[in-house]
Amino acid sequence: MSNKLIDLIDISKSYGMQTVLDELNLYIRENEFLTLLGPSGCGKTTTLRILGGFEMPDKGRVIFDGQDITDLPPNKRQLNTVFQKYALFTHMNIAENIAFGLKIKNKSKQYIHDKIKYALKLVNLDGFENRMPDSLSGGQQQRIAIARAIVNEPKVLLLDEPLGALDLKMRQDMQYELIRLKNELGITFLYVTHDQEEALTMSDTIVVMNQGYIQQIGTPEKIYNEPENAFVADFIGESNIISATMVQDRLVKILGVNFPCVDEGFGQNKPVDVVIRPEDIDLLKPGEGSIDGVVTHLIFKGVHYEMEVMANNYEWLVHSTDMFPVGTEVSIHVDPFDIQIMKKPESEDEEAVNIEE
Amino acid sequence: MKNKRLLAGPYLFWSASFVVIPLLVIVYYAFTSDEGTFTFSNLAQITTPENLKALGMSILLSFLSTAICLILAYPLAMILSQNKVSQTSFIVLIFILPMWMNFLLRTLAWQTLLEKNGVINSVLSFLHLSALEIINTPYAIILGMVYNFLPFMVLPIYNVLIKIDSNVINAARDLGANPVQTFCKVIFPLSIPGVISGITMVFVPALTTFVISDLLGGGKILLIGNVIEQSFKQNSNWHVGSGLSLVLMVFIIASMALVAKYDNEDGGATF
Repeated sequence: MSNKLIDLIDISKSYGMQTVLDELNLYIRENEFLTLLGPSGCGKTTTLRILGGFEMPDKGRVIFDGQDITDLPPNKRQLNTVFQKYALFTHMNIAENIAFGLKIKNKSKQYIHDKIKYALKLVNLDGFENRMPDSLSGGQQQRIAIARAIVNEPKVLLLDEPLGALDLKMRQDMQYELIRLKNELGITFLYVTHDQEEALTMSDTIVVMNQGYIQQIGTPEKIYNEPENAFVADFIGESNIISATMVQDRLVKILGVNFPCVDEGFGQNKPVDVVIRPEDIDLLKPGEGSIDGVVTHLIFKGVHYEMEVMANNYEWLVHSTDMFPVGTEVSIHVDPFDIQIMKKPESEDEEAVNIEE
Repeated sequence: MKNKRLLAGPYLFWSASFVVIPLLVIVYYAFTSDEGTFTFSNLAQITTPENLKALGMSILLSFLSTAICLILAYPLAMILSQNKVSQTSFIVLIFILPMWMNFLLRTLAWQTLLEKNGVINSVLSFLHLSALEIINTPYAIILGMVYNFLPFMVLPIYNVLIKIDSNVINAARDLGANPVQTFCKVIFPLSIPGVISGITMVFVPALTTFVISDLLGGGKILLIGNVIEQSFKQNSNWHVGSGLSLVLMVFIIASMALVAKYDNEDGGATF
């Protein structure tokens, strides 16, 4: 992909005693769908608000398209925001809402009229010009909020948990809608969410954040399959995170049993964390796999069965399309490339990545 | 359902005995003469030059007071709504505190302050400044009205302003509006229900007051409230007093309808 469009350099921000962002460095490329993902209080919304100009960083610079915009007020920035609860102007109808930014820029009547038409078509709400925001459903209001932002032709659209207030079905529809919009508009999307599924579905790049620190930056596949630490592994999807020892390159001892794996360079007999995704565990007949155990829980989840297998004093979470009734004796098998090895946190900074339980 | 309706009973009894019936009595007095015959002459009393002048003066003074209250209250309400809670409650307290004192007492205090040899003029003469001579003038009445009714303007506006989602204001800024444009196009229009409610709560008592004009106008300036009071108490003519009250009521309803008309689009008239 192309050049850096936004560059956040050493951004720090605290409220009173509480540090929200600590020397955050992040760049966003042109035409990228980048998602800031993390639990509440991880600093993702603050990052977005600093970009939008609603918060001032205590320290650090915000570079946009080669220019330092750190001190510019929001109305002077070439980016637009879609807010969490839509933030539509309830005293104006839909057309007036969408026209707001254009009227301020003194665009011609004809131009504004055409733009409103175009934007409503883009969000599939043709003919809604004269409706009032209150008469629209949550999903429709969110589309209007998007339309209101994009008519200004921003280079970057900031989206602050825009689907948070919608129900599940609507949320899924809007995810596809947003991907389509981004492809049609060809602009950069910066998306903030705590919903890992949303992030995995839509993003080109995911930035996982926790307690003001970036934990991992990568494509959805990379984040899911190769989490860099226990926090990322735990936050993105369900997983078995187990303390283990790296015996040597390509061999890890999990719960007293040696498993072949594909990772190298951790040293010999070093403590590590391993992540094994529940869908990567195969259940075999007793004796055929690496560790024998007994199925203790069984839940039907639709696409798969979710089972818990007690083996070597650890409850393994297993997803499988095959059903094993509670009490069945099974054996656990994991392919070497399905075992993800992670360094254990050592320094205090890294402690921040510890999973809060 | 039926049981719940019974709960409204005490209020219905109250409003019937102390609101509806007295109103009907006023209407009865307004349309009858001393001899008990039907007449419009009580209502027509409003057209005498003195009474017209009193009504005109009332409307002028209460209009000015309402305008001054609005100009003073709006910025204050805005500052209050933007501040953090701890500071806000202190400022609100300062504003509410005078309301905890008796209305008459407050107005009497102003009389003492403004008198020819009152506190303010003593201080001014001590500083060798020219004396302030506004007691017994319309200015003193406006001052009294603004002082007494200002909180009733601040609170409804404040209540509306704190309910505006800060992201709506952020959205306006985000879409390119500078602070002034944001205020004119978003904050003020959204606060109109509070403004209307504030105007009502200041204009109506200001239009009907007779205490403030009595104490600060020194009996020289007659407002319509004073005329009505005199007809009841000094002239003991309940018929004329009722007639004038009725006319005043029509004026209030008309002016409120006029104000509400501007609020129609939002459908949020708050009185």
